[in-house]
Amino acid sequence: MIDKIQHLGAITLHSFQRLGRASLFLFGVLASSASLVARPRLLIKQLYAVGVQTLLIIIVAGLFVGMVMALQSYYALIDFGAEDSVGVMVALALLRELGPVITALLFAGRAGSALTAEIGLMKATEQLSGMEMMAVNPMKRIIAPRFIAGFISMPLLATIFSAVGVIGAYVVAVEMLGLDSGAFWSQPQNKVDLYLDIYNGIIKSIVFGFVVTWIAVFEGYDCLPTSEGLAQATTRTVVHSSLAILFLDFVLTALMFTK
Amino acid sequence: MTSRKIEILVGLFVAAAIAAFFMLAMSISNMSSYGDGEKYELKARFDNVGGLKVRSPVSAGGVRIGRVTDIQYNSETYEAVVSMAIDQQYNKFPVDTAASILTSGLLGEQFVGFVPGAEEDYLKAGDIIDLTQSAIVLEEIIGQFIYSQANEEE
Amino acid sequence: MSDVLIKIRDLHFSRGDRKIFDGISLDIPRHGITAIMGPSGTGKTTLLKLIGGQLTPDQGLIEVDGLNVHQLSTAKLFELRQRMGMLFQSGALLTDLSVFENVAYPLREHTKLNEAMIRHMVLLKLNAVGLRGAADLAPAELSGGMARRVALARAMALDPMMIMYDEPFTGQDPISMGVLVSLISELNKALNICSIVVSHDVPETLSIAQYVHIISAGKIVESGSPDDLRNSQSAWTHQFVHGDADGPVHFHYPASPLLDDLYEE
Repeated sequence: MIDKIQHLGAITLHSFQRLGRASLFLFGVLASSASLVARPRLLIKQLYAVGVQTLLIIIVAGLFVGMVMALQSYYALIDFGAEDSVGVMVALALLRELGPVITALLFAGRAGSALTAEIGLMKATEQLSGMEMMAVNPMKRIIAPRFIAGFISMPLLATIFSAVGVIGAYVVAVEMLGLDSGAFWSQPQNKVDLYLDIYNGIIKSIVFGFVVTWIAVFEGYDCLPTSEGLAQATTRTVVHSSLAILFLDFVLTALMFTK
Repeated sequence: MTSRKIEILVGLFVAAAIAAFFMLAMSISNMSSYGDGEKYELKARFDNVGGLKVRSPVSAGGVRIGRVTDIQYNSETYEAVVSMAIDQQYNKFPVDTAASILTSGLLGEQFVGFVPGAEEDYLKAGDIIDLTQSAIVLEEIIGQFIYSQANEEE
Repeated sequence: MSDVLIKIRDLHFSRGDRKIFDGISLDIPRHGITAIMGPSGTGKTTLLKLIGGQLTPDQGLIEVDGLNVHQLSTAKLFELRQRMGMLFQSGALLTDLSVFENVAYPLREHTKLNEAMIRHMVLLKLNAVGLRGAADLAPAELSGGMARRVALARAMALDPMMIMYDEPFTGQDPISMGVLVSLISELNKALNICSIVVSHDVPETLSIAQYVHIISAGKIVESGSPDDLRNSQSAWTHQFVHGDADGPVHFHYPASPLLDDLYEE
């Protein structure tokens, strides 16, 4: 019994320690980010690695999610003679929830794990140490560009996801199921609000991008420089990011869409 | 990969995101009802606004001319005061224009409908419309119907 | 200018509960090769990291060129590090840059030289380690020994006053080992700088070092010239230098007598 309590205590202390380290790390990253203004190339390179290379999976996923949503909502709504509302339903679902959440989950799996593995491997092969000894601050050269790139890429990717999803829904609803294209576009125009729906969706994706990239770079920087340590850190990035996304989505939805 | 190629791809990525944003904003949101052109404010008093909400449409003759910006309850006159932003281009409503709260379809959302009067003077910004008809509350109508049926049978 | 470049006094350092250094004091001269030797796990690499300011001692003082490493501001420490070169065991080359860019990296970071000058200097440094022809390769295409030579060229890029070598000979085939041994020795002669070699490869290290310190169990066991150590009276040093299987350090890990273990039941 006492052992179990001790175990629980150890886990709690350990978690708080990590949280503290992660917070200090975040301050370090933010403080180092200002230097990026002088070196936009570092950022562009990472925008390519984090953003452009994630784009394909985002587009494919967005297209299929939009198509499935259109199909499902069509069969659900046709019983009520409300199949004209397919456009609204898909648009609202994508903008408010699916766009930011699925993009963030895919982003954590594709870009987040890659960031952790890359930084962890740099640590394991003494590259970070080597930079320090060359009087180069790895926070500025390695961590900050990756963090900012992730933070910028997420809302861009989520916006593209939603737009592609709407196009996918259009293809299914109008081209395949024969709905009226005028109704498909005009109904959302009455119901979707620029601020409430589109901007809030973007705010969500910015928050998710911040948290996912923070977790990813921290796990890489903090990992044990061994094969197992690296594997665990990569897994933790995906698991913790996913949980954080779903939890934050609930909190943000409660804050944004309830009055 | 050369840095030039990378820069081009990143540029395309950002451009695609901006294009996606404008596509969403223009074609499936109500952005067109924001900001384009001047607006002026009118108010109307209702006994009951029913399910009217902020941002509900305001229309005249079936054409959307503005939207509801605020709904308050005046505890002195026991009335709801609805503020509406009307597009400046529709600034020629006579002072005896009537405002009523209507429902689109049987179960659709509610909106404010204007029926123009015949006076020569026009409503100005900040004016209050007095000729109003409150929302029809379905439960009340059904209640009245049942009540009248019962009365007839007696 | 004093003859001592690095002054270490009463250095204590521990990792968790394990004491790694328990009061070490030594001087490293400004010119010549100083070797720091000892069995694996005695914290030789840790010592280099302490000198480079990447770790902070629990107690004690480290001065490099008259500056107390652990009381410098970050900016001053980075300034000092520009005058230190360090060769990591793995080479620690940046894997996303070519060999040329790796060597150019410190120059680009810390100088405002134009592209032609950088190219000039990088090719000279690469030529010095015999790898000018490999300038366009990626680090992944190099063998371990070549990676270390590139790292050496990079460590020399800013013409430092000292170069620290962390286990430069470990895991090398005899040829690349020979190359590295002669490189370190010749570069040190040519540049007339301070080289610190941390190693447990006895014959190679003794063949090039002028001063040797042997560390074990957190203390300096013996110091002197290579010849002094070869002829040392201390049984421990004798065992280490000559690589005897049994001696003061026993072949067997401490255990109860074998018979007791076998007939435990």
